[in-house]
Order: sequence, then structure tokens, then C-alpha cells
Amino acid sequence: MADLINLIENWIKNILLGWGVTESLAVFILQVLGSVLVVIVCFVIVIALIWVERKLAGRIQDRFGPNRAGPYGIFQSFADIIKIFTKEYITPVGAEKGLFNIAPVLAMFSVLAIWAVFPFAINVVGGDIHVGVLYIVAIGAFGILAILMAGWSSNNRYALLSASRSVAMLISYEIPMIISLLVPVLLAHSMKLSVIVEAQMPWNIFVAPLAALIFGISSMAEVGKAPFDLLEAESELVAGYHTEYSGMKFGMFYVAEFLHQFTVGALMAIFFLGGWTGPLAVRWPILGVFYFYGKTFFIYLVISWIRLSLPRIRIDEMLNLNWRFLIPISFINLIAVAIADRVMLEFNLARWIYVVVMFLINILILVAALTIAEKNEKAVERVEFSPRPIAVPPGKESK
Amino acid sequence: MLTNWVYIGVFLIVAVVVPLVAVLIPVFIAPKKPSTRKEEIYECGIETKGNIRIQFKSQYYIYALIFLIFDIETIFLFPWAVALGNLPLFAVIEGVIFIVILFAGLVYAMRKGVLAWS
Repeated sequence: MADLINLIENWIKNILLGWGVTESLAVFILQVLGSVLVVIVCFVIVIALIWVERKLAGRIQDRFGPNRAGPYGIFQSFADIIKIFTKEYITPVGAEKGLFNIAPVLAMFSVLAIWAVFPFAINVVGGDIHVGVLYIVAIGAFGILAILMAGWSSNNRYALLSASRSVAMLISYEIPMIISLLVPVLLAHSMKLSVIVEAQMPWNIFVAPLAALIFGISSMAEVGKAPFDLLEAESELVAGYHTEYSGMKFGMFYVAEFLHQFTVGALMAIFFLGGWTGPLAVRWPILGVFYFYGKTFFIYLVISWIRLSLPRIRIDEMLNLNWRFLIPISFINLIAVAIADRVMLEFNLARWIYVVVMFLINILILVAALTIAEKNEKAVERVEFSPRPIAVPPGKESK
Repeated sequence: MLTNWVYIGVFLIVAVVVPLVAVLIPVFIAPKKPSTRKEEIYECGIETKGNIRIQFKSQYYIYALIFLIFDIETIFLFPWAVALGNLPLFAVIEGVIFIVILFAGLVYAMRKGVLAWS
């Protein structure tokens, strides 16, 4: 009873072996079933997330959100799915048909494929490969390619401009993201995700809070949601790179965006919040799955909260934030953590001293960087507005 | 170990097939009534004039070039980070010097004004 997941796995495997299937083929069928399960779960979660996000957005912006389809509008996503499946595909004149049609599938693929290497619980790891982190970085880059393909092939100036912005922005923010991912790799001395999760004695967010912060900011930019939603700024670019898409092709971009945000939550959970670890997660692996999804969902909500609270930033501000602040600070952080880790290994210090020193180094770098940034900041000229006359209803004028 | 890679191969295929099926379903159930007005390029009702593939600010591509340098650098840093526990302190310092050299490149680009969005 303790190990429900292995129980089910062995049960299916024994059924297959009973049918006369060879051992290796049975394992292969199990892998196919497992991967289909993970992908389907991703889709189901997104359906739920869209409702949660819209309801949350409604609440934060002081309106109801979806409230017509079913109690509290919980069937709104299903209504949307039915609508989007029966919508006509429109291909604009002069579009590159091949690229135009591949782009939405590629966008979805780039997000889904990351889920192949995630450890869900102590013994429930999909592909537990030695280069897990590298795999995530490599597959994640496909998303940018999909956006570029979509923007370029649509034969629309606004879509092209949006795609060019994505080049400037998404790839810029990939650098601090990758460098801050190096820190958990460095602390665990492995690129294997399951090892990284198990090596987190206190969670990495306490050992390397600065890396977690940089990773959080830059991966929010990678998702392309507010305050970094410049690639689909409605007021400037019609709708962004997916202006010309309709029906399910647009739906794929939409779903990919939500799933990407959820995936960022999962990455954050694995690298900095201890993944599946938690009380009793070793004895009952099924609990580990719940912890993993719980932490992921928590980070998802935090990202939503930030995106609903902050306005969009300008493109030059955004690029300066990245190139002049995040990249230097992440390099310095990496160097400091590497040297501190190596030196403290040399002296064989107790674990708690190691953690405290690491934490203090991180905070020190952050404070120093913020002080320097504040000193170098050019004073923004503030334009004083003269008080405007306020409309007063007749009969209410003050005497 | 090999089974893990088989799983990833299977997963990649599933991750392509599932979105592909989702995109293909409306081909069979959605209406198809193309017309020239409908297939026009959407620019908020204004007709598009001239060539779409216009010239762009070159800055976008400069950012892409600088990105390339750092992206390749990180590929070298990953093995260094993994092996850090077993390396002698000297090798760690060497890795740090490697980072500092590339960091100098960033400072140079910054001083040259390449990274300023004008």
C-alpha cells in the first residue's frame, strides 16, 4: 500500500507479461503509457489553470471573472474548448504555409517536452538522465524558435515586429536563467534532476536565495507575461506574434503560454523548493507527487499575482534590467558561490555553518548590487503637472 | 540508463503527436469558407501596402550575437559546475578566470554602447 505507483506499474507489467509480451516490450509499453499520462495530465491541468487564472484576475481587478457557465463559471474552459475546436482556420495571403502550420505545434512541443525529465517522487522519475538540466535548457529554446517562426511566416508587419522583440528579449533573459541554473547544479555536483532534488538538505532557496530570485525574474520574462509581455503588447502590436492565427492554432499558443508558466513553477520547485521532498514523502511516494504539484501550483499563483499587479515595462528598461543588472549580478553570484562551496568543502565544515555562510554571501551580494545600481541610476526628470480643474456637479461648488 | 533515453524518445514523439492531433481535429469538424476579404492581412482594418519583410533596427541582431557568446560559454560552464567537488582548488580558480574573461567582454560591449537601446 505504501508504494501505490510502483504497485500499479507492476500490475500492468504483470498483465502484459501474462499476455506473452516480452520483458523489454512490456517496459516499452509502460513508457508509452507513462509519457501519454504525463502529457494528458499537463493538458487537464491547463484547462483547470485557465479557469483559476481568469477567476483570480477577476478578483484582483475587482470584477467577477467567468461566472456564467456552471457554478462559479467552472465550465468556462470547456465551453472555450468546444468553441475553439469548431472555429475555422484562416491562413492569410502570402503566409509561408509550412512554417505557419508547424509553429503552434512546436510552441506546445517545447513546453511539453521539458516534462520528460521531471522527478515526480522518489521512484517516479521519467527519464532520469545525467544531463537533465542541459536537456531542459536545450528544449526550452525551441519556444523562441516557434515564436520567431510564427511571427515571420504570418506575413504581417506587427507579427514580425513582435517576433523581433522576442529575439531581443527572450534570448537575453535566457542568459541569467541558465547562469542561475548553474548554482543548483554546482551545489548538488550533478545535472541529474533527481540528485539535485535529493541533495537539497535545506531547500536551495535558503542556500542560494539570489539565484532563486534571478531565476524567478528571468523565467517570468521567458514566459512572456506581464510585466514582461512586450512580445504581445496589445496596444502596440495588435496581438503580437499570433495575430494571424485562428482556432486551435491560436489555442496551442495560448495553452503553451499557460503550461509554460506552470512549467516554470515546476522548475522553481525542483531547483529551489526541494521538488517532491516533504514530510513522509520517502515512505509514501504518492505524497511526493502531491508535494511536487502543490509547490508548482504555489509558484504558479505567485507568478500570476505578480503579473496581475505590475504594469508593462518599456523595452529599453527591460533590456537594461537584464544586461546591466541581472547578467552581471548572476555572474558574480556564480563565482562567489563556486569559490565559497569549494573552500568550505576543503575545511569540512558542519552543514549548518555552510548554509548560513552561503545565505549571508547571497544577501551581501544582493545588497551591494542594489546599492551600486541605486547610485548609478540616472535621476528621472519628473514632470510636474499643474492642478487640473475638476468637474463639479452644479449646485455643489464650494464657495 | 538506456531505458531513460528510450523514455525521452517516446516522450518527444508523444509531445509532438498530441498537439498535432489537437491542431488537426478542427480540420475535419470546423467550417471552411475561405474568401479574399477574410484572408487579408490583419492590420486593424487598414490595407497593407508594400513589402512586409521590411528592414529592421540592427540592434535586435546585435543582442542575438552577444547572446550567442554567452550561450556557448554556459555550455562550457556546466561540466565545470558538475565536477567542482572533485576538482583541485586551482581548477576552480581557472574556471573563475574563464568567467571573468567573458565578463570583461560584456563590460567592453557595454562601454562601446552596444547594449544601449537608442
